[in-house]
Amino acid sequence: MRAIEVRRLIDPLPIYTMWLREMKRFLRIRARVVGSILMPLFFLAFLGLPMSLMPAREIPGLEGAAYLDFLAPGIVGMTLLFAGTMSGASVIWDKEFGFLKEVLVAPVSRLSVILGRSLGGMTTAMIQALAIVGIAVAMGVKLSGVPGFLLAILIMILTCAAFTGFGLIIATRLGNLEGFMAIMNLIVFPIFFLSGALFPIQSMPPWLRYIMYIDPLTYGVDGLRGTLIGVSAFPLWLDFTVLFILSIGLATLGSYFFSKMEAD
Amino acid sequence: MAKVIEIDNLTKEFDGLVAVNHITLNVGEGEIFGFLGPNGAGKTTAVKMLCTILNPTSGAAEVCGYDIVRQRDEVRECIGIVFQDRAIDTFLTGKENLDFHARMYHLDSKTRQERVAEVLDLLDLKGKENMRINECSGGTQRRFEVARGFLNHPRVLFLDEPTLGLDVQARRGLWDYIRLLNEKEGITIILTTHYMEEADYLCHRVAIIDHGCIVAMDTPEKLKRAVGLNLISLQVAQDSSGSLIDSLNQLAWIRKIEVRDGSLELSIDGGEEKIPELIDFADSCGLVISSINLSKPSLEDTFLHYTGRTIREEEGSLIEVWKAWMRKSGAKR
Repeated sequence: MRAIEVRRLIDPLPIYTMWLREMKRFLRIRARVVGSILMPLFFLAFLGLPMSLMPAREIPGLEGAAYLDFLAPGIVGMTLLFAGTMSGASVIWDKEFGFLKEVLVAPVSRLSVILGRSLGGMTTAMIQALAIVGIAVAMGVKLSGVPGFLLAILIMILTCAAFTGFGLIIATRLGNLEGFMAIMNLIVFPIFFLSGALFPIQSMPPWLRYIMYIDPLTYGVDGLRGTLIGVSAFPLWLDFTVLFILSIGLATLGSYFFSKMEAD
Repeated sequence: MAKVIEIDNLTKEFDGLVAVNHITLNVGEGEIFGFLGPNGAGKTTAVKMLCTILNPTSGAAEVCGYDIVRQRDEVRECIGIVFQDRAIDTFLTGKENLDFHARMYHLDSKTRQERVAEVLDLLDLKGKENMRINECSGGTQRRFEVARGFLNHPRVLFLDEPTLGLDVQARRGLWDYIRLLNEKEGITIILTTHYMEEADYLCHRVAIIDHGCIVAMDTPEKLKRAVGLNLISLQVAQDSSGSLIDSLNQLAWIRKIEVRDGSLELSIDGGEEKIPELIDFADSCGLVISSINLSKPSLEDTFLHYTGRTIREEEGSLIEVWKAWMRKSGAKR
């Protein structure tokens, strides 16, 4: 008999295994890869480009930037919102198709399982987000520089972690697939539209502005805008702080719910 | 025989419904042990408790010497499970699924490769390992799940309705693989089934479970024997059954002789081996047996004997009640 090792809370091999599975699934489902890039691409091409043709100098908050430049970080934020939430929420698929049971009876801590899974989902979300940055640059968006870009990556990771945790919370609380898509759309779209991804927060009336202040994505989008093109409504430290606290909080809560989740 | 599983008064209640009711039993090393009963009898619940998926309401059980509640991880380390419902990633290939499992069970890379090759070989899955699971037939998918179940060298393999939904050929095939695993790797196997033939063919011992209680537990042979003796019906060419009956009455292993529709029905101690004996015996009396047939009581008869119902009568009604109940409790979570 093999000696039974004491299982660690954070177990590298299973974490890597869960991560690998997410990556394989992502790359295998071609439609998903293409689909995940297409929607943001449409936003940039069919919203960003035409809007850039209109005079933008009058809109407060744009600070003279072209609308496409203004929009691009917002769309990167949107990609992170959708991809992150879906990656967290797709736990529900694993549960529905039985795969979760196999994972949960393995001698591996739940934390390692969800950590690996979330890291996998976050990696795929980051790939998508970076692809959008690439596409935006190809469309003529000028980035502020290398330090800004590196900071932007940090913001992307925090945003992504926050929404992965958020998706996980929804999935574990909801527990089954019924009504899942409806609830997702009901929550995710308002988060996107009210994040200031499409229009500057400064030009909104106060009542709407206050709603936008409680939208977590607002800080992700603003941080990305500040780091990528150098235009932002809040100071960067505020964006960072809010995102940092949110990502830690939501990810911890999501993992906690997951660890309490029943296998079937 | 060393005990691998010890169950002591294990009970599970769900909202007042007793799914498993004080079951007590032991399973020895290398045994194939079957829980036989209709759907909703509590077989799966019992197995889920042993697999550490569910916590018992009361009672205790040890698997490989580890307590199923307090030493979950240790139990998980030494068991393999094949679930009733499909629990395999259909977007990955069979081999990727096996690799995944091996890594989750902390097999190092060398052991993993060897072991995966071994199980692919044992279950005749070579050549299919790079197919995606959703491109495989139901029987092959199931075989991959069984292969995965014993990949980590478990001492006990739990098979929850392993052949449910498979066609006859795939089922037969899987039975042989299960036997092979038991013989080659010495794995103790616990299976649940509501197929009589399955329990009869595979299991060394069977527990008949009904409404959460074990109503009978023994080898399939003994269970069947308890219901009734084997029956031989024979016809002789000559019309001289009267004299034959007199002669047959001298044989100790014949318990009862009845004449029915011109043929003799003998209740006997023993099985097939008595057929040549009977032919020789008739020969010595100067008689020729024109037809002879041995019938054994089936586990179906056994189930009927112990529960008063056939297993099929049970299915329709209980399945529905159980499913409706499961849906209800599922929605609450």
